[in-house]
Amino acid sequence: MNSSQLLGYTTFAYLFSTIVYIAVLVFRAKKISVLGTILALVGLVLQTAGIGMRWMESYQMGIGHAPLSNMYESLVVFAWAIVVFYLFLELKFKNRMLGGFAMPFAFFSMAYASFASEINQQISPLVPALQSNWLIAHVVTCFIGYAAFAVACGMGIMYLLKAWHEERFSAGSGEGIFDSLPPLKDIDDIIYKTIVFGFLWLSTGIITGAVWANSAWGTYWSWDPKETWSLITWFVYAVALHARFVRGWAGKRIAWIAIIGFFSVIFTYYGVNFLLSGLHSYGRA
Amino acid sequence: MKKTKNPFVSFFSSMQLTLFTFISLAVSSIIGTIILQNKEPAFYVNQYGPNLAKIFEILNIGDMYNSWWFLSLLVLLSLNLIVCTIDRLPNVWRMVVLDNLQTTPERLERQSRRQAFLVDNDHAGAVAAAKAVLDSFGKGVQQADQEKGTLLFIQKGAWTRLGVYVVHASILIIFAGAIIGSIYGHKGGVTLPEGSTTSSIYQFGSNQLIDLGFGIRCDKFTLSFYDNGAPKEYRSDLTVIKGGKEVLRKSIVVNDPLDYGGYTFYQASYEPRNEMVVTIANETSATEKTFLVVPRREVSWANEGVSFGIVNIQGSNRTGYGYKIWFTDKHGEPSTFWLTEGMAGKVQRAATTYAVSLKRRYATGLQVAKDPGVWYVYVGCLAMLLGLLVAFFLSHRRVWIYLAKEGDSTRILLSGTANKNRIGFDKEFVALVEKIRLNDSLTPSKEAS
Ligand code: HEM
Repeated sequence: MNSSQLLGYTTFAYLFSTIVYIAVLVFRAKKISVLGTILALVGLVLQTAGIGMRWMESYQMGIGHAPLSNMYESLVVFAWAIVVFYLFLELKFKNRMLGGFAMPFAFFSMAYASFASEINQQISPLVPALQSNWLIAHVVTCFIGYAAFAVACGMGIMYLLKAWHEERFSAGSGEGIFDSLPPLKDIDDIIYKTIVFGFLWLSTGIITGAVWANSAWGTYWSWDPKETWSLITWFVYAVALHARFVRGWAGKRIAWIAIIGFFSVIFTYYGVNFLLSGLHSYGRA
Repeated sequence: MKKTKNPFVSFFSSMQLTLFTFISLAVSSIIGTIILQNKEPAFYVNQYGPNLAKIFEILNIGDMYNSWWFLSLLVLLSLNLIVCTIDRLPNVWRMVVLDNLQTTPERLERQSRRQAFLVDNDHAGAVAAAKAVLDSFGKGVQQADQEKGTLLFIQKGAWTRLGVYVVHASILIIFAGAIIGSIYGHKGGVTLPEGSTTSSIYQFGSNQLIDLGFGIRCDKFTLSFYDNGAPKEYRSDLTVIKGGKEVLRKSIVVNDPLDYGGYTFYQASYEPRNEMVVTIANETSATEKTFLVVPRREVSWANEGVSFGIVNIQGSNRTGYGYKIWFTDKHGEPSTFWLTEGMAGKVQRAATTYAVSLKRRYATGLQVAKDPGVWYVYVGCLAMLLGLLVAFFLSHRRVWIYLAKEGDSTRILLSGTANKNRIGFDKEFVALVEKIRLNDSLTPSKEAS
């Protein structure tokens, strides 16, 4: 058994978990929802073992380092953090209906890491710039934050769907999918708390990044596109936190900010590497 | 309660302005990530045409994050923060130091979170029991004996109301650090060949020379690769020289700089020079000398009567290089042989044997920074994180207990408030109520309250 097999099984566990959770919503089959949780847990155990094993394998190759050094490894950690955060949420709010809006993110992250051609899965040695203890602190804090924002985005979508449904058909009239979701007020509360949690970790991630940059080249902030996009993301969520104190900026708007914020996260994490570098090379041509 | 506010204050303290500034900063920051920064004016003309380039110039898009309008947004945010704080902090402070015994039973009776019941104990006994329970809840129980009854009060985390203001102040501290850094700091660089010393660096941007007030020497630069050819380590052995004396030595790598005299030296780049450092030792007399050798040029060691040179170089960065040496000591035919870096070659001559070794001479590229503001920034960052923890996870919780005589019994009224995490506080409050209701030293009254 090696780490890539374990992570492969993880991808399928998350796929099945996602399918179960969505089936629970679509067919109102609340009874099988526990299966979704079990599959997510199984995937989490496999994945944790897989990450640990990949860490050990890198030592066996003589280039030992924490598995946080490239796109593939960060996508795996991203999925891991989403599942941990989601299961925590499920436990705390005792509601399995949320799974259908959270687990797909974990599955997509794993599936993309495993199957996309532009993602290199090899364990490669650390180049000098990454040889720092700040690497772990920076990547872990950022990805806990990103995971929370992914879940907040899922909850935002859930909120908008339910709100849209309630506007169309008067609330609580039937036994539809939307009626089994938590009341809007509760979803709003979950979104807010999740954003608060993510904001704390994103702030820590930006700060650890700044400290690292300062110890590597003497400038804690240089407005490079990655830094700037993380700050843009931070502003988006700062809007969400303050908007609650301004009349009229609750409910749907916060749900929208949770979705927009997550686009900004994706762009910070992914777009900057693939799209902006593309723009830059175009600029140089 | 102020009714009419100065329009300046109400504009600058408004949360709408905050949202506007956040959104403006976010949206405008995008521009700088799409349009390449700090290029020559000609670049923008080529890339975007003369008309757009003109607009870029007016708005300073080429150096957007230092442009007047972007900095104005940051000033606006700071003003907003300062005015908003001045506007609100006094009220918050009043809540922190409030004398919570100055309340009336009627007001407690109106609070949404409350519980009341009767006990058959006498007043003093009931007060003592309730007080004991509050003591186990937290420190600093307060008591006021009033005309008709006794008021007990306890609170936790009044200071946590200040958490948000710590977060807000931290932003200003970070800005202050950035300003101090940009006024009193220097950023520069220097390329330092192995064996040479400098006491000045070139400022980035202006390229002016900055005098360090001490010398820094590069003794050695080493470059290593992984098996797959990726770079593994860039290492410079540096020595600081002050007043003719060596005061500090450190070997720096990319994430581990050298600090001296307020300046920090970072490993940033390197440059192979077209020069070799050649060491020759006469094994009989044990004399040794090191030479800087440019390929295809003859070098002599007069004392030994030796002449030598590098006549050919072959190889690549990945495989390493081979160097063909030509060597003579004026006795007999010259020798030629191949050497690689790090390997000592022996030349057998008539009188003695010479050991020859060579190494390419590198120049290390150092980035040098002096930033007296960075500690302010770090303090600000720490304050922000602590402030966020307090603002998000801690709350101000208050509990009052009012005990009054009612017939032969004593009526106990509990009420409580929390400014955040109300669901969590509900549980805490219910537990407290139960602890008093089921207290061994209290006897519940038969009549319902
Ligand atoms: C980058 C700048 C800022 C950051 C990082 C920041 C951060 C925060 C945070 C984390 C909270 C707590 C939110 C919550 O508990 O849900 C908060 C609340 C608040 N902020 Fe800011 N803020 C910033 C700028 C501003 C500005 C410019 C204003 C000016 C109006 C402002 C006014 C407030 C107010 C009034 C609250 C609510 C305080 C309360 O709970 O009573 N903030 N801020």
